[in-house]
This record gives sequence, C-alpha cells and structure tokens, in this order.
Amino acid sequence: MTDLQQLYQQIILDHYRHPRNYFSLDAADRTAEVYNPLCGDQITLYIRVQDQRIHEIGFQGSGCAISQASASLMSISLREKTLAEAEALADQFCKMLNGENEMAIPIGELAALCAVRKFPARIKCAALPWRALYKSLAA
Amino acid sequence: MIRSATQTALKQPRSAFDVEEIRKDFPILTRLVHGRPLVYLDNAATSQKPQAMIDALTQYYQTENASVHRSLHALSEQATQAYEASRATVKRFLNARAAREIVFVRGTTEAINLVAHSFGRAHLNAGDEIILSVMEHHSNIVPWQLLCEEKQARLRVIPINDRGELLMDEYERLLNERTRLVAVNHVSNALGTINPIESIIELAHARGVPVFIDGAQAVAHLPVDVQALDCDFYAFSGHKLYGPTGIGVLYGKAEWLERLPPYQGGGEMIQSVSFAKTTYNALPHKFEAGTPNIAGAIGLGAALDYLESLPLVSLRAHENAMLDYATELLSEIDGLRIVGQAAHKCAVLSFVLEGVHAHDIGTILDEQGIAIRAGNHCAQPLMERLGVSATARASFAIYNQKDEVEALVCALQRVKEMFG
Repeated sequence: MTDLQQLYQQIILDHYRHPRNYFSLDAADRTAEVYNPLCGDQITLYIRVQDQRIHEIGFQGSGCAISQASASLMSISLREKTLAEAEALADQFCKMLNGENEMAIPIGELAALCAVRKFPARIKCAALPWRALYKSLAA
Repeated sequence: MIRSATQTALKQPRSAFDVEEIRKDFPILTRLVHGRPLVYLDNAATSQKPQAMIDALTQYYQTENASVHRSLHALSEQATQAYEASRATVKRFLNARAAREIVFVRGTTEAINLVAHSFGRAHLNAGDEIILSVMEHHSNIVPWQLLCEEKQARLRVIPINDRGELLMDEYERLLNERTRLVAVNHVSNALGTINPIESIIELAHARGVPVFIDGAQAVAHLPVDVQALDCDFYAFSGHKLYGPTGIGVLYGKAEWLERLPPYQGGGEMIQSVSFAKTTYNALPHKFEAGTPNIAGAIGLGAALDYLESLPLVSLRAHENAMLDYATELLSEIDGLRIVGQAAHKCAVLSFVLEGVHAHDIGTILDEQGIAIRAGNHCAQPLMERLGVSATARASFAIYNQKDEVEALVCALQRVKEMFG
C-alpha cells in the first residue's frame, strides 16, 4: 500500500461514512467543542462519567475523513476507560502522531491512523477529537 | 544560461504568447513533487517566481547592498537609485500620478493596517460607519473591526447573491451620511468574482466617501489604472505578482497621504526630531519608517519589468481560457459543485465535491504533484454565507496550461474512486 492508500484505508473511510457513537448525550456531564479554523472542522464530544469511568460517549461534528474517523475510532477506544486511562491513551496517541515515540503505536483500530504521521499537514485533523477529550478531562 | 535567456527576453517584448516559453522563465516548474511533475494551481496564495526576479535579488545582494537614502557612499547611492527606480516602475504599473503616491509596505495586510490606523485615527469618530463586503479576506475585515471597537464606530457589510456577486442596490442603501470609508476587494480570493469597483467608487464619491481597494487578487490578472478608477487607496502584495514575499504597495492619492498622520514612527520617516517637536518627512517616506525591504522592492520592480515584457493582453486571454476550460471540465464531474458563479470572474475556481472534504481532496491531489488550496481561504464570513465549511480552490497564473487542467480532472476522478 502506498502512504496515501494507508491514510485512506478502508477502515478510515468506513468510520468516516458511518461514524460510530455519532449522537449527542442529553445526560452528558462533560461536553467539549473544538474547532480547526484552518479547515472549519468541528467536533463536539459528549461524555457521561460514572465512578471515574467513561460510561457513555458520543460525538457530533463535521469535517474531513481524518478528523471524523479519528473521532469515531476514539469514541470506541474510550468506552469504559477510567479517566486516567483515557488521558494516558490520549497521550500515547498524540505522541504517536507527533512521531515522538515509535513504540507508542496504539493497539486495535486506532492503529489505522498511524499513516497520518506521513502527512504532517493532516496531523491536526487526526488530533482534533483528542483535543476535545483533553478539554473535557480538564473541565 | 537561464539568466542570459531571460535578459534577451526582457530586451525584446514577445509578440506572441507561448506558454512553453513562459514556463522556462520559472525554474521551480521543472521540479518533481512526489515523483511527478509539479502542477502548481495555488497561485492565488502565492505565485511562482521568474528567473529575472530571482536574479535581481541576487544581483542586489551581490553588488549593490547598502542602506538607502542616508549614507553618502557609492553603494548607498546605487541602492537608493535601484529602490526608487522600483517605485517609479510601480507608479507606471498602476498609472499613479506621482511616485510619491507609492508607499512600500510588507504586503496588502500591512497596507490595510496602515490605512485603518492612519485614516481611522484622523477621520473616524463614534457612530461613524465603514462599509465592507461579505466576501472580504480576513485581512480586510479584522483591521477595520479593531478600529471600530476602538472608535465605537460600526462596520456595515454589503451582501452577495448565491452566485457570489455583490448586491449593488444593497450597497447603495448602506451608503449614508455616517459612512466614512468603503473598503472592498477588487477580486475575491475565494470565488474569483471581479467586483464592479468602478461603480462602487463612483457611488461612494457621489457622497464624498473615500474608497480603499484591496487589489491583492487583481493585479496579476487585470489591468489597474488608479487614475481612471479614481480610487483613493489601492493595495497589493508583490508575492502574488511574481515578486518576492515581504514587499507590497499602498497607493494613496497624494492629497490623502499628505493629510494622514504617520503609521509607524522611526528613522527615515522624519525630517527633524527634537524632544519638543518632530516634523515628518515628505511622501512617501513619511510612511516608510525604518530601513525598508530594499531587496524586496527591487525584486518587485524586476517582476513588473518581466511582466511588462510579455504580451499582457494575450496573456490574460490565456488565463481566462484556462479558467473557462477548467470550469467546463470540472462541471462535468458528478457530484462536483463550483462555488462562485459570478458573471465576471478571473483566475480562481472554487469547488466542493459531494461526500469528500476539501482537505482530503487537497491531500490526494498533492500525492499526484498537484498543488491546490483547501480550506476557508481566510474568508469565514463568506463561507458561512455560502453554507460551506471549506472549498477546494484551483487558481491560475500565466504559466498554467491545458494539460495541467486535465491532470487536475484526472486526479479528481481518483479522489472519487478512493471515496467511492
């Protein structure tokens, strides 16, 4: 596969076309909205926390395949994680994106986003939903 | 070799327009991107540079580098001559009345900030109004917004129709006794609309209101005659006109520039300084504080000399033909919608593709060596008005050719295949 084919591999396009957990949560106790002024990408993240664990998670947004697939994949990977685990996963993912830690390649479907590293202009897109997560964790 | 070829070209204006020949003047066009020939369609962001301009920069630094206007030695004299010769070239290019009406600035953005600062300080009061249009670049919005906040003045915005044309009757209604300035672009960077600035100026002047024109997207594509237009201010950037970055021009009618207070204080812009009173230098130096971008001005002059050595009429016809050809081919792509369908357009083709975000288009095209712009084009209010968050934008210059338009179309087909 070329870098481009890796970037737009089937799993990414699938999550772009059919995002998982794409809804707002009325019962959310944390919501965070992030925006990328360069391209207009936008994501709102909804989280309901119970016993320091992410009990429910949903998001809504609009934008490119990378930011929206990243949000969908993130929402799956965070379910039932403790807040500390969620933050650790976010750190690991962002380190992977920034190429800071070759060993930090996350497991599971999130690994599909590794190819973004080869497209520096698109790292911001993949990181967008994770910025929403950081924002909601800090709230 | 390239250099001598360019010099020959400059001596003899070319009678016929040959895009292959023009392309030889731009060394960057021979390079590969991701293993493919570069197809550069991001000219509205910045144009590529002709060898003659690059040589002028090198020559200045190699043989003439000195501070202008102050030192008495030979180098300084030569540098001053070259710097002022560029000003004279710009004066001729815009058909200004006098070289002192040409102020060198960093770019269009600085020109707008200069006018907002100096005009605003002297002529704007609480309750006054400034008219812009909804299709302005952020750089022709934010400086006025800052000014209005400070002065408790108000921005009024000319709306557009769905094709991306200004609603002139709405504009007429916005003009009133509180209007102090109209500031609009000549050509929209996001849509390519050519605005009817002649009428805009005439209607404003009928009410005694001065007009600032942001010409950043116009000067490379349209003839500009500031006397015929009768605009009060006109600004452009060198780098969109085959010149270097970091140099631009503010044209202002001498009677306005004389009346306006200085923009920045410093050396060069003064006549005498004492702690009791400072008197300012004559135009245009009053607005050029500090050591200017001498090389940039000289490079801009060389870029204009280069452009004027070409048959401009057929060159503009060629650019229009590229836009028409691209419009025709892209219109045939299923699910593609052209954003901005004004009757009068130049050089810019903005579009959206159903189910694919502009950024994804940009990345996939780049892989094919095709450079376009994707995003909101620093025109968020316009994007909101048109109901799109981002568009892909192909923009043309004198060196673009038909097979590049065809490469764009092929690459867009590939985008569609990938996103299926």
